[in-house]
Amino acid sequence: MSSFRGFIIKEFKQIYRDTRTLVVLFGMPVIMLVLFGFAIRNEVDNVKIAVLDFSKDEITREITHKLSASPSFELSAYLNTYDEVRDIFKAGEIKEVVVFEDDFGRKLVRDGVADVQIITDATDPNLANIVQSYTSNILREYTNSKNSQLQIEASGITPEIRMMYNPELKSVNLFVPGIIAVILMLVSALMTSISITREKEMGNMEILLVSPLKPIHIILGKVLPYLALSIANVVVILVLARFIFKVPFEGSYLFFFLEAGLFIMTALSLGVLISSSANNQQTAMMVSLAGLLLPTVLLSGFIFPVESMPVPLQMISHAIPAKWFLIIVRDIMLKGSGILLLWKETLILVITTAVLIAVSLKKFKVRLQ
Amino acid sequence: MADSVISTKELTRTFGVFTAVNHISFDVKKGEIFGFLGANGAGKTTAMKMLTGLLAPSSGEASVNGFDVYTQSEEIKKSIGYMSQKFSLYDDLTVSENIEFYGGVYGLPTKTLEQKIEETLYTVELMEVKDALVVSLPLGWKQKLAFSVSILHNPSIVFLDEPTGGVDPVTRRQFWERIYEAADKGITVFVTTHYMDEAEYCDRVSIMVDGKIEALDSPENLKSSFSTDSIEDVFIRLARGATRSGA
Repeated sequence: MSSFRGFIIKEFKQIYRDTRTLVVLFGMPVIMLVLFGFAIRNEVDNVKIAVLDFSKDEITREITHKLSASPSFELSAYLNTYDEVRDIFKAGEIKEVVVFEDDFGRKLVRDGVADVQIITDATDPNLANIVQSYTSNILREYTNSKNSQLQIEASGITPEIRMMYNPELKSVNLFVPGIIAVILMLVSALMTSISITREKEMGNMEILLVSPLKPIHIILGKVLPYLALSIANVVVILVLARFIFKVPFEGSYLFFFLEAGLFIMTALSLGVLISSSANNQQTAMMVSLAGLLLPTVLLSGFIFPVESMPVPLQMISHAIPAKWFLIIVRDIMLKGSGILLLWKETLILVITTAVLIAVSLKKFKVRLQ
Repeated sequence: MADSVISTKELTRTFGVFTAVNHISFDVKKGEIFGFLGANGAGKTTAMKMLTGLLAPSSGEASVNGFDVYTQSEEIKKSIGYMSQKFSLYDDLTVSENIEFYGGVYGLPTKTLEQKIEETLYTVELMEVKDALVVSLPLGWKQKLAFSVSILHNPSIVFLDEPTGGVDPVTRRQFWERIYEAADKGITVFVTTHYMDEAEYCDRVSIMVDGKIEALDSPENLKSSFSTDSIEDVFIRLARGATRSGA
């Protein structure tokens, strides 16, 4: 047992001495959080728009005022002719032009119908979409508020929209669980596989295998320090998310950490598995990056919703542990769900992990013979 | 042979259709320096892996320190030392931490370990650099350290896998002095090497060609029976017939 303790102490010393890696491991989640929290967001602020008003009456002025009062928009130009629209988009500053038809106000009062045109610069389709839908919302709100006084023709059913669990539609709320998944894959799978293959590459593994240490001790000794690092990382991300980005946490912390522990086990066993087939650090790194991190980022629903993927990709995403972990963490954090609602996803992770551990232990032993 | 510490009989290892080690039989006596020679790919490493419990034999018998390689590999591991050609020290640990770690792996109690670290640092004359990272040491020093580490737990046999690769002749000579010291203490030394001058330092040498042991005797006897004056000539004559030289 004392030889096992010595092994773990040595492992921690090596991790601690590798300052560069340590900085990356703890700097990465912070940078990712800041990036996803501030820079990469689906919501927009202060998008420059222009108005082309052929009517110039009280109602168009009121609507224009509403648009410019929205924090999402900054009204930066009034146009006079259609020809200017093309030029202004070419100049690039302005992303949307709202066009009111001639006699807009009078038509609206008299007929209950008037046309407004929304022209967006769709070179960035995401932005165009968002800007367009914000504008429509503002227009709809305006017509709703005027409905009692004016006889504006409603389109039949006016939906009342309520966004539950993330009413402000803050993207950071959605990204935090994804960042946790990516970081855990990185620390647990990538780092473990690199650290084990390094022992192989340097020839230390041979010595360890010739020594009285049992293979299971070698694996555990390699894995436990990264388990500790992973948990520390989860705590850092959670603290940053809660206190800097005010991400809500509705569920139970205990349940969250149990699920995180389960996912760490999944990632660690993947790491051991990779290291048992890879013979050098480069291979281990490439396999981890291409085989684990990329799918975790692209196919788990972290950035792109699984529902919007083509069916074959959806099938692949089912095989990615991070997909299930994301559902679990999002539901715990935003909805406060417990095991009763998440047993299915948890069970999938448990089975995956059990299979992975069994296979990687077997492969590790096979290599000795 | 009552006093043999390694004993093999028709020991064989195949990988698919390839026979890496082909029915080899030999004995190593207690306290002797046994040179295990062979060209690249002759099967030296495979044979050594079987003796150190890393690889199960396909057929034949072998025992190390009286323990059977099939069933008692755990006991074998406790009673032997092993040094690989890569020296296998941790570059990012200090000299004394390396000694401490490997001592710990072999289950030395803390008190003995402290004493051993002190002793080892003294004998390898690395006391002054005990807190330096191994990465900063010259190759020759690493080699000395690696050897001391491999006999830290007083094994009765130490296996050295090409221990002098890449080291200059002077350092190699010094290293062999350390091997003699260990042998004087009763440790049996089983060493593979590429350097034929080193073969002359051994009590007995075996020469492996294509998985078989083609010659086994003391360097003097080998030279006289092949009527030549260097082991190198003996080796070249035997190895020339090899069909699977890896070099």
